[in-house]
Amino acid sequence: MLRELKEELAAGASAEEKVSALFSKIKKSKLNAYNNLSEDSAFKRAREFDSAPWSGLLAGVPIAIKSCISTRGIETNCSSRILEGYIPPYDAHVIERLKEEGAIIIGKTNMDEFAMGTSTESSYFGPTRNPWDLDRVPGGSSGGSAAAVAAGEAPCALGSDTGGSIRCPASFCGIVGLKPTYGLVSRYGLVSYANSLEQIGPLTLSVEDAALVMEVIAGHDKRDSTSIKSDVAYLSGLDGGVEGLVCGVPKEYFGEGVDPEVEKAVWDAISKLEVLGASWKEVSLPHTKYALAAYYIIAMSEASSNLARFDGLRYGLRLGADQDWHTTFSEIRAVGFGPEVKRRILLGTYALSAGYYGRYYLKALKVRTLIKQDFERALSTGGAGVLVTPTMPFPAFKIGERIEDPLSLYMADVFTVPINLAGVPAISMPCGFAGGLPIGLQIIGRHFDEKTVFRAAKAFEDATPYHETVPKEVA
Amino acid sequence: MDHIGWLASIKVAEEEKEGFVASFNSVLDYFHQLDELDTEDVEPTYRVVELTNVFREDEVGESMSQEESLSNAPRRENGYFKSPRIV
Repeated sequence: MLRELKEELAAGASAEEKVSALFSKIKKSKLNAYNNLSEDSAFKRAREFDSAPWSGLLAGVPIAIKSCISTRGIETNCSSRILEGYIPPYDAHVIERLKEEGAIIIGKTNMDEFAMGTSTESSYFGPTRNPWDLDRVPGGSSGGSAAAVAAGEAPCALGSDTGGSIRCPASFCGIVGLKPTYGLVSRYGLVSYANSLEQIGPLTLSVEDAALVMEVIAGHDKRDSTSIKSDVAYLSGLDGGVEGLVCGVPKEYFGEGVDPEVEKAVWDAISKLEVLGASWKEVSLPHTKYALAAYYIIAMSEASSNLARFDGLRYGLRLGADQDWHTTFSEIRAVGFGPEVKRRILLGTYALSAGYYGRYYLKALKVRTLIKQDFERALSTGGAGVLVTPTMPFPAFKIGERIEDPLSLYMADVFTVPINLAGVPAISMPCGFAGGLPIGLQIIGRHFDEKTVFRAAKAFEDATPYHETVPKEVA
Repeated sequence: MDHIGWLASIKVAEEEKEGFVASFNSVLDYFHQLDELDTEDVEPTYRVVELTNVFREDEVGESMSQEESLSNAPRRENGYFKSPRIV
């Protein structure tokens, strides 16, 4: 956990040795969690820290960064052929903040290409493996970040979450992952996929670690026009407990399609929260069944616009002799993007095209309003402080099991996408095991009320052993 | 499929078409379940954050150098990005 690591470093432990141990572990690993390592800059910074230690919330702490978050001087390829070799000339806002607080960036993690996926199988650089079972997916799209943290190849990591891309891999890998309230963390320097839905957030081994990383990366940034000023002192009050907290349990998140062992683990978690002083009541989010369709229409439409920038002109892949503008770019994009990215851009283009805009895109935005109202009714006016659900309907599936059937893969996101549509915060944390595979508990909060989410998650973590169970050595 | 590929600036190869058409049909079928909801009087939500125009002072700040801006360009000439012929 980061507190112990910080204490060791403050007491004189060598950051260089810590970084060196991580790199040798990563190089022996079978997980394929990293696309590229930043050994030179990490060692240089670790040696500087050892010779003259600095202070800061993450002083000397190594961190892994998802490959869609821009890091000055370190390749950021979004696991896509079209961006292979791209070296950003600037840092994302969150990277500036990590550096200001003394962190050491060790490398960029594997992901579904352009964050479009639930399994990290669509990466141009091959799938990442789940440290609990190498034949299974780590979840996605931030699968590299989650697998690295779960396997001890990074003490903490950043991911991004457009429709569950932090919470899904946190659930499948048995760690903690937070999707912050939309607007809380600046998206400046995040390579856009679906900009009205996505947020950067932490993947960590404990709730306290997630709160610590959030204190560093949250806050206003004028370069992201959707960034909101907010109180980000998440560590204070973390141990406040759940006495008097009302947990809403949405009935639509249980039943058909949910693995019985997952359901049982989540109900056990609700009972545990009750023992700790919370109460629970059934609530309804009646438009849940429409969330997946609305989400995919909006995400694909935004993707078709956001990914128009990849044309091989200012950065990225360029092929052969130039022909006319449209032919050249159409051929670069045909070979530079993988099948899932092409599918989403093409479907998004179709949904936005003349004659279909009202039927698909506008309709989805209206359904989004209904889903947002569902959450407002359950959480604010309904009196629940948080909602408690499974993160994923089942534990990690096998590599290759779903990738050929896009719709079956999309269905896995049924409990994560509504949260992005509503813009509320949600954490995933371990709450049990099924057949040796971790099960994730999702705790959803009100807009900008990460504090209550963290407080409930910390109380549950303190009362349960699941976060202490780690996958056996997979190196 | 050719028209959508043209709009999206992605050349769709003959051998890809069948697979894309099949997956599009199943995904679009799934999308059509939204038709059963009456949304006549519902306003669309473009953004969940209540923000109107965000203004700032018009002050000159730091910007990236020409060399840095061009550092990832696969083709460049005389300090410019070199594009394919447009007309």
